[in-house]
Amino acid sequence: MTMKWIEIGTLGDIPVRGARCVNTPEGKIAVFRTAEGQVFAIEDHCPHKGGPLSQGIVHGTAVTCPLHNWVISLETGKALGADEGSVRTVPVRVEGESLFIALGTTVEKAA
Amino acid sequence: MTEKLVIIGNGMAPGRMLEHLLEIAPGRYQVTIFNAEPRVNYDRIMLSPVLSGEKDYEQIIIHGDGWYVRNGITLYKGHKIEAIDRVARTVTSSEGVTESYDKLVIATGSNPIIIPVPGHDFAGVLTYRDLDDVNAMLLAAQSRAKAVVIGGGLLGLEAAAGLQAQGMDVTVVHLMPTLMERQLDPAAGYLLQKALEERGIKVLTKANTKAILGNGKVEGVELADGTIIPATLVIMAAGIRPNAALAKEAGLTIGRGIVVDHAMRTSDPDILALGECAEVGGHVYGLVAPLYEMARTAAAHLAGDEAARFVHIDTPTKLKVTGIDVYSLGDFADGDDREEIVLRDAAAGVYKRLILKDNRIIGTVLFGEVADGAWFNDLKKKSANISEMRDTLIFGPAFQGGGALDPGAAVAALPDDAEICGCNGICKGKITGTIKAKGLTTLDEVRAHTKASASCGTCTGLVEQLMELTLGDAFNRTAVQPMCACTTLGHDDVRRLIVAKSLKTVPAVMQELEWKTSCGCAKCRPALNYYLVCDWPDEYADDYQSRFINERAHANIQKDGTFSVVPRMWGGVTSANELRAIADVVDKFAIPTVKVTGGQRIDMLGVRKEDLPAVWADLGKAGFVSGHAYAKGLRTVKTCVGTDWCRFGTQDSTGLGIRIEKFMWGSWTPAKVKMAVSGCPRNCAEATCKDVGVICVDSGYEVHFAGAAGLDIKGTEILGQVKTEDEALEHIVAVVQMYREQGRYLERIYKWARRVGLDEIRRQIVQDGEKRRAYFDRFVFSQKFAQVDPWSERASGKDKHEFRPMATVGFAEAAE
Repeated sequence: MTMKWIEIGTLGDIPVRGARCVNTPEGKIAVFRTAEGQVFAIEDHCPHKGGPLSQGIVHGTAVTCPLHNWVISLETGKALGADEGSVRTVPVRVEGESLFIALGTTVEKAA
Repeated sequence: MTEKLVIIGNGMAPGRMLEHLLEIAPGRYQVTIFNAEPRVNYDRIMLSPVLSGEKDYEQIIIHGDGWYVRNGITLYKGHKIEAIDRVARTVTSSEGVTESYDKLVIATGSNPIIIPVPGHDFAGVLTYRDLDDVNAMLLAAQSRAKAVVIGGGLLGLEAAAGLQAQGMDVTVVHLMPTLMERQLDPAAGYLLQKALEERGIKVLTKANTKAILGNGKVEGVELADGTIIPATLVIMAAGIRPNAALAKEAGLTIGRGIVVDHAMRTSDPDILALGECAEVGGHVYGLVAPLYEMARTAAAHLAGDEAARFVHIDTPTKLKVTGIDVYSLGDFADGDDREEIVLRDAAAGVYKRLILKDNRIIGTVLFGEVADGAWFNDLKKKSANISEMRDTLIFGPAFQGGGALDPGAAVAALPDDAEICGCNGICKGKITGTIKAKGLTTLDEVRAHTKASASCGTCTGLVEQLMELTLGDAFNRTAVQPMCACTTLGHDDVRRLIVAKSLKTVPAVMQELEWKTSCGCAKCRPALNYYLVCDWPDEYADDYQSRFINERAHANIQKDGTFSVVPRMWGGVTSANELRAIADVVDKFAIPTVKVTGGQRIDMLGVRKEDLPAVWADLGKAGFVSGHAYAKGLRTVKTCVGTDWCRFGTQDSTGLGIRIEKFMWGSWTPAKVKMAVSGCPRNCAEATCKDVGVICVDSGYEVHFAGAAGLDIKGTEILGQVKTEDEALEHIVAVVQMYREQGRYLERIYKWARRVGLDEIRRQIVQDGEKRRAYFDRFVFSQKFAQVDPWSERASGKDKHEFRPMATVGFAEAAE
């Protein structure tokens, strides 16, 4: 399986302490930008009840799900605190202003 | 080998006895408790605050279920003991459980005296002894109808005040000429009656109940003089009688109660009795301090200390009615060998009387101003000769020796052995000593370690002053719940500091108030954002990323990530054109569900986020603006059709509802605010369970607030009655602005009102016209910046990024 880097836009497209979505053949990916300027991408699907994490409040390197307040680490995709569960993380590359995410197997298959 | 200890009853006395026993003889007994009430040990002294709504059951639990488990105690809840077999040394419960004992403790408490008048067994006649009684009263109070309390003693008056706080029209019927005649002299009894009457409680003294009227169900009370008082609820609070029936059947010696010696032993040395059911030295007791003294004695005896003896002490009586301060101690009867010192301040409603014999205090009655009670009690207990300070004695310790009038001085002047907490018999030295030895810094810690102020709580102020004296600045008087894990400050402190330090951005708040995280969390950020919006309406730039998604997307997120859209329909009134526009939008965007809401609006559910701006653009063309159904802000004003159509309507309720809604829409509040205006007391708009409601009457407008019909259900409180629509609007806006400025984020109006106190709110909004107008003006100012329709802004392109994906990666593109 090979990963492929795909350009999705620029850093300026995402509000600081916010997120935007990317629709992909692998499902919705949420791309986050933290107060410190780090960028993370994870599946837009809370491990609890599938809530859209991209709509949550971003704090530190975590996001709080808008449906039932689970807190998910953007670095590991794991639920923090007493909750258990995790979402898939997606590799991100920042080149200057441009943002890339790496998509994998399904893209290959689709081709 | 462990011995078996069985306890019948699970009230405060046996609970306290077990605490002592576990401390001085841990592991000695295997303990089994049978409780006729189906619950754990709770603080019965605090039933009155539960009734008045100032506390709830969870807050008055003394021993939670975990405590019994941790201490290896078996608690049978809802088991009434039916028989004691003293030969076989067993007890048997109503549920068929038989348990053997080596030592048995009877703590069956007391029964309320039911006056055997005709109708005493009707539905709607209640007593006031336990939580079941309180729950029954709270249920009955929801009718907001009339209640009669028979008995003007401590319990009866607390019940009356509680029922009145719950919105009932209450009459107290008392046999004697003055209230609480066993604790108060006639002068104080008179002042008490006046204070209660000022609150709207009717008091009839020298009133002998002849019959309870009705037909199986209470309809009224008839007095011996022929007076009939209509009522749907009657509380019998005519006193209590020790519950000694079980002991009597078992053949133990009975007087007024179960007769015990000074070690709490009954006529059977293996059976002890304590609490309200016990009679010791010819006395039976109803106040908690002597009961706790019995508990201490019984525990010592069970632990093998033969020397422990119960000693009779006079206990001060305090009435737990918020805002009415009464203190009484000792003997206050007149007598030839007695003298008295009396201080009256009619304007302030203060009355103080000291009863002296041989230059020593033997009794004290205080009304309206009771802070010096502990000091007088101390002088009485020590039998101190007061002739040196006789001239100034009545003014209290602060005036002895001409010291400055410092509020802490009275407490500082108390000797170490002065009693602070009457319920638990805790003296000043024990409290200050424990604070120092254990490094206590919060009131809760002091309660846990010393028990001071842990029962009825009337000495909380004294304990706090002691903490202040002992700890100085290290004492944070209200050791509050922090807002979240990012700070040690509570909501109130944060709000205060935002204003005091002129903090005008979220980062400034976090920096100046030493937030522990770099950019807060999902709990504190929305709260801070609201506080800043509220306090600096013209200067603060709303922090979009600190709002929940609903307030960012101006729609309500649903479980599948779609949104619901509710357009504003002013006062719940719509038109053919509006309905047509909604129908067209539903068709055009294939919206799956359309539903009518509880707030008289139409909700379109299942709208895709990408479609929101286009949906709003179409709705906007028909004149719709955002209905803010997603906001911590003004939601809806429900109305009935009032004088426009209704044959009963007294005012233009629809017009007033629309006026309020047009005036207040767009404002942000700590939590959602729902309103209603009803055109007559039939109340078709259900205004009496709203955050703010109006009931129109012939003579004007009754403004209500602090209702709830969600997680909690609560009828509104009356703010006041006004004559004109303009006044009604001014009162409503002012009370909402007061709530906006003081409420904690996510705290609904009824909880804020409970915290701040209804009297205080009425004082500022109803009585103080200047304050009311200042609140009104601040609201009007903030509306200048708030009344912008978020839908039309977004339909014209604002926050575009919110509604569009950043990119769409197709299969082909991805595979290139």
